[in-house]
Amino acid sequence: MTALLISFFSYRFHVKTTKTKSFIGLIIPLCAVLLALAIGAIMLLSLGANPISGYATMFGAAFGSVEGFSETAVKSIPLLLVGVGICIAFRANVINIGGEGQMVMGALLATAIALAFPDIPSLLLIPMVLLAGAVGGAFWGAIAGALKAYFNVSEILSTIMLNIVAVQFMNFLLRGPMIDPAEIARGTGIPQTMRLTENADLPILIEGMRMHLGVVVALFVAVAAYILLWRTAMGFRLRSVGYNPHASRYAGISVPKNVTSALAFSGAMAGIAGAILVFGSESHRMVTDGGSTGFTGSAGFNGIVVALLAGLHPLWSIPSALLFGGMLVGANALQRAAQVPSALIIALNGLIVVFVVSSEYFKQRTLQAGRVEQEEDDDE
Amino acid sequence: MMKKFNLSLSALLLALFLLSPSALLASGKALRVAIIAPSAQNDLAFTQSIVDGINAIKKDRDIELAITDGTFVVEDAAAAIRDYAKKGYDLVIAHGSQYGGSLKEIAPDFPDTAFAWGTSADTFGLPNVSSYEAASDQGGYVMGVMAAAMSKKGGVGVIGPIEVGDAKLYVDGFVMGAKAQNPKIRAKVNYIGSFSDVALAAEAARAHMAAGADVLTGTAQMVVGAIGAARAKRVAWFGTQANQTELAPEIVVASQVYKWEVILKKIIADMDNGVKGGKMYDINLANNGIVIEFNDAYKLDPAVKEAGMKAIAGIKDGSIVTSHK
Amino acid sequence: MMMSDSFAVMIIVATIASGIRLATPFLLASLGEALGQRSGVLNLGVDGVMLLGAFGAYYTVLQSNNLYYGLLVGIAIGLLIGVFYAFITLNLQAEQGVSGIGIYLFGLGMSDLLFQKFVGTPRPILPFMPLDIPVLSGLPVVGEMLFQHSIIVYIAFGLVPVMSFVLYRTTYGLNIRAIGENPEAADSLGVSVMATRYSAIIIGNGLAGLAGAALAIELGIFQQNLTNAMGFIAIALVYFGAWSPKGVMIGSLVFGLVQAIVLQCKTFGVIPRSASDLAAMAPAIITILALVVVAKRFKQPSALTKPYVRGG
Repeated sequence: MTALLISFFSYRFHVKTTKTKSFIGLIIPLCAVLLALAIGAIMLLSLGANPISGYATMFGAAFGSVEGFSETAVKSIPLLLVGVGICIAFRANVINIGGEGQMVMGALLATAIALAFPDIPSLLLIPMVLLAGAVGGAFWGAIAGALKAYFNVSEILSTIMLNIVAVQFMNFLLRGPMIDPAEIARGTGIPQTMRLTENADLPILIEGMRMHLGVVVALFVAVAAYILLWRTAMGFRLRSVGYNPHASRYAGISVPKNVTSALAFSGAMAGIAGAILVFGSESHRMVTDGGSTGFTGSAGFNGIVVALLAGLHPLWSIPSALLFGGMLVGANALQRAAQVPSALIIALNGLIVVFVVSSEYFKQRTLQAGRVEQEEDDDE
Repeated sequence: MMKKFNLSLSALLLALFLLSPSALLASGKALRVAIIAPSAQNDLAFTQSIVDGINAIKKDRDIELAITDGTFVVEDAAAAIRDYAKKGYDLVIAHGSQYGGSLKEIAPDFPDTAFAWGTSADTFGLPNVSSYEAASDQGGYVMGVMAAAMSKKGGVGVIGPIEVGDAKLYVDGFVMGAKAQNPKIRAKVNYIGSFSDVALAAEAARAHMAAGADVLTGTAQMVVGAIGAARAKRVAWFGTQANQTELAPEIVVASQVYKWEVILKKIIADMDNGVKGGKMYDINLANNGIVIEFNDAYKLDPAVKEAGMKAIAGIKDGSIVTSHK
Repeated sequence: MMMSDSFAVMIIVATIASGIRLATPFLLASLGEALGQRSGVLNLGVDGVMLLGAFGAYYTVLQSNNLYYGLLVGIAIGLLIGVFYAFITLNLQAEQGVSGIGIYLFGLGMSDLLFQKFVGTPRPILPFMPLDIPVLSGLPVVGEMLFQHSIIVYIAFGLVPVMSFVLYRTTYGLNIRAIGENPEAADSLGVSVMATRYSAIIIGNGLAGLAGAALAIELGIFQQNLTNAMGFIAIALVYFGAWSPKGVMIGSLVFGLVQAIVLQCKTFGVIPRSASDLAAMAPAIITILALVVVAKRFKQPSALTKPYVRGG
């Protein structure tokens, strides 16, 4: 109904400006979210909770205050970083489902550096650990890349399998060589490191809030990825390989090298995300619960959603990540306020994702009906 | 004359009673308690035990309970802990060993909130953090003794998740008990590497049975798979963390049940007296925080039960020391 | 410990039987995903469908005490989700990777929510008893290894030749493969791309629902996240198997057998406890290595994940 109204008005006014484009670009997914929330409201009611107050808490918690926004920003960091990495990989036609494992390996290497060099001053140590995160993640991604490039092993297979390997490796290290000596002394054996050196704490940006330097790093990486993809020769090669591998080979561009690089870049970003998660965390240690995703909170996965919703564009990934992060933060607050099982929140998140991605169709139809020019995929 | 005296005495006693701190708290507003836990509240294991504990106290005390379960991601749990503290909850229970590092950073920000952390034995020296632990090795020892006593093939099998914390305590205690009862017993332990792979746990149980185990035990929520596999082959099962009889009434011999209410009562009593933390608690056989609940429907050889009861008595009076420090 | 010959044989037999059992749910889910992908559609939501099918089956069995009803409900749930997924993917052209993950999240949360609301404390159900096949079950060695499984195992492995036949020897299968490679050409030849993809997705999701149902029934219980990311491994195995039913079967068996072997090694202490995390990596690593060794030159269905719009 709303789509019809909008298309009617757009048609009437023959609007071709980007303003209407953006308006439609926002309002249709918004309607999708509202529809999902409506279904969620039914579920909430059936559980005896009040959807109105629940949702009010949800939005307030995500965006309604400085504190809420800072929580959302922090939650969005790994989503943005992984998402940007996915943008690069997918543009080179490489499907990276290994964000989880790459985050873990990046975090492990970064933690190892912090454990090995606790006395180096912040100014030097923080870049070092972030770099270590990038290297760890890049290494892990490159393995999958090389397996594809030189052995024709599907990257979907290798990245999913490497996720499993990474998590078990993390369990091994955190229970063994990297464990907090205090745990051994107490005999409790919680798989965590000691409190990492304060020199590696990511500085807080706003007094009293949790928003830390990681936000700046993530934004920086997003911009850097954009520059890489559209303003460097390397980026051109990556995109070319993704668009048409045969023509690229014909033009002398090495497909195997670029496939490996794409996964390495993608992994590097996920690795930085892992490092930031560790050093920006509340506990300032690396800790896992022994579960199949460890500490990542499925960011390696959700980052894929973020990237795809952003049209595989690093800059659009920024609002995409913020919205997804807001949804996660808000949903958790809703759980606490309405006292519904966390399971409902997960289901609700899923509904929102499905509805938003399905609404793309209506968005395209509306834009066409209004005879607004469609944005080219490769346009900036 | 007597009547008047009694009346004023009663009035005086009543006034004194109403003015006493515990009465003020107990009769006034409800105690707001929040629990943050990693797995589901009906997992018949770790998380269920603490929720059951608070529910047991609810009968005697007005408690407003909030639960955030299924939070295995530590950062999300940290956000929840902080949020409940900010909302003014009186007691925030962080029911997960992995939450400790975060709690250490959060607790100082909320000196008026009482925090409880389990399972662990560390309060970080903070005045508003208590820690609680279960001496699951004690129950494990008793189970091990009985398992070894009833095994005809001379083999017992253990299915565990990952060798950490509560799981490790239980398993170590079980093996110790089994060997104490029968030094020649083949006690095999298999940590399958996951807290949630139910299918793998089932196969691990089958592997034990194929290798000659005729009594099994295990810990953590994925163990329901192992129980199912044991049930199919009519192999005896010893449970822990919660009463697992319902899951397989034909084969469950006994379960070590955590009665967290024993220490929760103490924590709340301390809070009533203005003490918000700083103490380490533990539930064990001696204080009835750990109870061995037998499955009455299972026809247990009296000699085996006897061995078990002897072990319980020995642990209670200190003559038997299990792996717990 | 001295192991007699017969004991060693017994252990090997038990391990292989265990591997087959572990492989079964992977196989079912993977076959479904392979079918969908052959027609050009990627479904990342397999795990969510499995979980919903698992809960549906579990609840049905609790209420009706009939395992077959449970399986049917699991399949039905899969088919239903298949219709929904086909609609949003084919008619609304939703981005397949994203919608799949959305369905996964929805399935993960909804199955647990329904479980908490309608069941509460887990109650066990009895799985299928192992089938007693005349003559074959009684064979020494081979009998226990291959012929004493439950009916679900036979259904799963039986579907492999069935699907091979359908895919490679029927017109329907040819259509599926054609639209997966070149939907324009197929369309111009009169094949209804929409209808064929719809059917492939629906059947594929039905199989995922069956996989979940089989899992819940075999384990005799339901639990939050019962599948533990099995669906994603099943997706990976499709790539391992190069989209062929036989390849997928081999992949599932490799994964299941390695898991079983690791279990046995841990049981006998061959793998020390300190290395148990490293051992848990084994199935994943060996699957990768297996594919490297085989190093087939294969091509994925060219139209995979690209929505087909008639007339461009």
